[in-house]
Amino acid sequence: MRRNSLDSPLLILTTALVVVGLSTLYSAGQTDFPTIASDMWLRQAGWLAAGIVGAVVIYRVSPHLLDWITPFIYGFAVVLLVLTLFFGSGAGTAAGSRSWIDIGGVHLGQPAEFAKFATILMLARHLAGRRQPHQSLVETVPAGLIVLVPFVLVGLQPDLGSAIVFLGILFAMLFWHGVNPWLLVLLVSPMVSLILAFSTGLWGAWIVSITLLLFWLRPFVAEALVVWGANAFMGVVALGIWQGLAPYQRSRILSFINPEVDPRAAGWNIIQSQVAIGSGGVFGKGFTAGTQKRLAFLPAQYTDFIYSIVGEEFGFVGVLFSLALFVTFLLVLIRIARTAVDPYSSMAVAGIAGMVLTHVVENIGMTVGLLPVAGIPLPFFSYGGSFLIICLISVGMALRVARDARRAGYGVG
Amino acid sequence: MNWHHPHRLARRAQATGRVIVAVFAVLLAAFFRLQVLGEDQYAFQSEQNRLRPVDLASLRGLITDRNGVVLADNVPGFTVSLIAPSAESLQVTLERIAPLARLDSAQLQARIQAYQEAPHNPVVVMRDASLEVVSALEERRVAIPGLVVQTEPKRRYPQGELVAHVLGYVSEITESELDSRRFERAKLATLVGRSGLERAYDDRLRGIDGVRFVEVDARGRTIRDHGVFPEGEPQQGEHIRTAIDIELQRYVADVFPEGMRGAVLAMDPRNGDILAMHSAPSYDPNEFIGGIDPDLWRELREAESKPLYNRAIQGIYPPASPWKLVIASMALEQGIVTLDMKMPLRCRGGLQFYNRFFRCWKTDGHGTLTLADAIRFSCDVYFYQLGQQLGVDHLLQRGVELGFGSKTGVDLPNEITPLYPQSKEYFDRRYGPRGWTSAVALNLAIGQGENSQTLINMVRFYSMLANEDGSSPLPRLVPSDRVIRGPRLGIGEEELSGLREALVAVVEGGTAARSRIADLRIAGKTGTAQNSHGPDHGWFMAFAPADDPRIVVGAIVEFAEHGSDVAPMVTNIIARHLLGLESAGDRNFRLVVPSDSAPLPIQILPDTIVQDFTPRDLDASQQPR
Repeated sequence: MRRNSLDSPLLILTTALVVVGLSTLYSAGQTDFPTIASDMWLRQAGWLAAGIVGAVVIYRVSPHLLDWITPFIYGFAVVLLVLTLFFGSGAGTAAGSRSWIDIGGVHLGQPAEFAKFATILMLARHLAGRRQPHQSLVETVPAGLIVLVPFVLVGLQPDLGSAIVFLGILFAMLFWHGVNPWLLVLLVSPMVSLILAFSTGLWGAWIVSITLLLFWLRPFVAEALVVWGANAFMGVVALGIWQGLAPYQRSRILSFINPEVDPRAAGWNIIQSQVAIGSGGVFGKGFTAGTQKRLAFLPAQYTDFIYSIVGEEFGFVGVLFSLALFVTFLLVLIRIARTAVDPYSSMAVAGIAGMVLTHVVENIGMTVGLLPVAGIPLPFFSYGGSFLIICLISVGMALRVARDARRAGYGVG
Repeated sequence: MNWHHPHRLARRAQATGRVIVAVFAVLLAAFFRLQVLGEDQYAFQSEQNRLRPVDLASLRGLITDRNGVVLADNVPGFTVSLIAPSAESLQVTLERIAPLARLDSAQLQARIQAYQEAPHNPVVVMRDASLEVVSALEERRVAIPGLVVQTEPKRRYPQGELVAHVLGYVSEITESELDSRRFERAKLATLVGRSGLERAYDDRLRGIDGVRFVEVDARGRTIRDHGVFPEGEPQQGEHIRTAIDIELQRYVADVFPEGMRGAVLAMDPRNGDILAMHSAPSYDPNEFIGGIDPDLWRELREAESKPLYNRAIQGIYPPASPWKLVIASMALEQGIVTLDMKMPLRCRGGLQFYNRFFRCWKTDGHGTLTLADAIRFSCDVYFYQLGQQLGVDHLLQRGVELGFGSKTGVDLPNEITPLYPQSKEYFDRRYGPRGWTSAVALNLAIGQGENSQTLINMVRFYSMLANEDGSSPLPRLVPSDRVIRGPRLGIGEEELSGLREALVAVVEGGTAARSRIADLRIAGKTGTAQNSHGPDHGWFMAFAPADDPRIVVGAIVEFAEHGSDVAPMVTNIIARHLLGLESAGDRNFRLVVPSDSAPLPIQILPDTIVQDFTPRDLDASQQPR
């Protein structure tokens, strides 16, 4: 059985993603005028080595032990986030926010990435301890609090993109736990209201459907009132307040929420990214030959917009292939979560899948202009040591969960 | 059923799988649209054309006076830039226009370097170009590929020298500032405040630059203007309304003695609004726009009269006789005296203190005086004795409490800290524990010795006398709804009004009798600070109407011989503000003979210094590029 203990599909997919990702990063450095990206792939290779060591270590650790020390991991992550708020520094494309921990002037890492993993474990521990899925919104409050703490701390850095990932993790794990999806809709409804508030018609339709949903679901009266009230507030009051603000106040708030994104530059970035992807065509311009990239037209081509290079150099075929890699990778994670021997492992792997899904969808959706610009990295592609290491550690944990399942005789069921 | 039951998990895994596939199908569809359906269009854009962002400079906010008169605005200037396909082509073009644009080879290299740092941005060749240069370039447009001429706002100060020290000026951002957090949104060539209000309120005044996209072909010629995206509209900075009354400011500048150096500060004691702030000599801030001429900069910096210096907040002078009110209020607060109490020793033109004789300005002596009369006639001997009774410790401690050891915190950069020892340790440190005696209290008591104050600090103190509750507001150039309160006198209302009456007596029949104005009860105090560099510095501090003061005015004129010369100017300023232009008295005052000159401090210490206007180097940040 020993030969069979490693889950080869996951291992192969991860290796493929890492290889494609590192090659793309290498290509990102090949520009006509040397930029800071030119030797990033080498440094990324260093982080890769560190990540593999981390993955091997976590593979050796029993999920039971991990379960037991989870509160300490979570507590440590929160402390790190608080420290970052006070002593953090900015770097690279996010120079304006405090998201790094330094010691002696050396960037050590981004606690937000570590906190994502810690939050997954903590939520897994909390949800695994409950036999029944949440039936009402009130019951989701403890789970919400577990996520709220890192969400707020990361949001204050401010790093909205990373903060959103915490919500993605929460929803994925609640869904995996069996919470009625309509409850999840109620949970996000105030945010949707906020977005739709700019169009009265859309918002009106939304509030009507929320009302109908409330009558159909019949939650506790207080809950229904809170949900409805929050939607009304977001739609009516928030818009009113917003419109009452002077333009400079609005831009203050916007720049607080999302400092990396200069609204002026955002339009430019999207155009350039779309031109790069569109001009790649079906078969692409060839590895390292992307002209948009070579002329340094692409913004942040080694982090946020790295996927534009895939589009430009490998074309639609390359996109199809790499998206297929991600889909299969996620489906394998779901399979592992399904066959896991204990609830904790199952929840944790589902959370990992939720984290990767959120990152991939937001990052790639941004490069084609489907989603607003929020600088979060693409797993295995974007330059960044902390996140790569966290991704590899997550894979290490999933491999361990898969091994335990096989040993218990579930096999590839 | 347990959530972890295999059947439930299997169902959920299936649902999850479907969601994932659906989400990725949407993403794939977006790529399909761009890459398969839109390939031709995007390939064309990528190969043949280049979108170039052209910055649209934002307007800085206006600065106005309290009535909306514009103190700083923006007028169009021309900026010439080049969009180039390569460094070589840029070099050729630059060499072609170098004679027209008057570029030397170093400047040329700098432009090429700027291009290499950001090849897809237009390179700014000239800022604030003249109309002649622009039209000459436009005529040769065919030979200059990639030429972009834009009107770009340029700062203008319509009032010129009048409010130079209050407004400050702007210049282009420096490399190191670009990296700092303070200027997160700024880009190369953004104008930032260098001194005065332009610097203090830079964050609010600075707008957000916009951007316009221009499509150029391979040779750098503009083929299509994509216009401005909604997000790309430049946003003007906030307008700032100051408390300054420009008409009063102009009047102050008019009546300030021609060719003299000094400062005048007028403030509303109730809320700290600064109505006028004049510092002489001044300079024209318009000279700084578009880069100041290096020779002029050197001249301004090195001039002996230090015109760049705002004497109201950056000059320190021995406070002399106006300081006597500080001592009087301390003594009243301590209950050492009352307003009509006499001192044990009468004034015989001086006071013998151990082996030294401390002079009074009036060599014949004042005889026996009450506190009120001692203020009125500015008797030094009376205050020597008060100082002695208060003691060095209390003088220093209470002085610091009243704010004489720190900046007022007015909303201007580069205010300097007045000289006032925090405690006796200062003397111990400087002269050794046995190197000085308690006689320093006598010098401190008449506003000499180791005590030099800024004009704004003294004005704040006189606003405590002016306010019924003895409180002082934080002086400010930009009004806000909330008045921030500073130190407080801490003496009773009755004693406070007694002090005010004594100050009225100074103007009605005391040392400033000549400056009396009919119909207006003005309270004031003259002062003359002797100094070793030449004629005395003249002080006059006043507020009016004495019963319900609405304005405090302080003036210091360097080398003015006597405070009485300054007094008529100040009372005229007050009358101009409270009664209108017509009521202000004669603008040409006579210089009169000195009367209550505060004597040079007695040499008690090995090297007692008369602190007077000590030119300090300007803050490095004030320096324009």
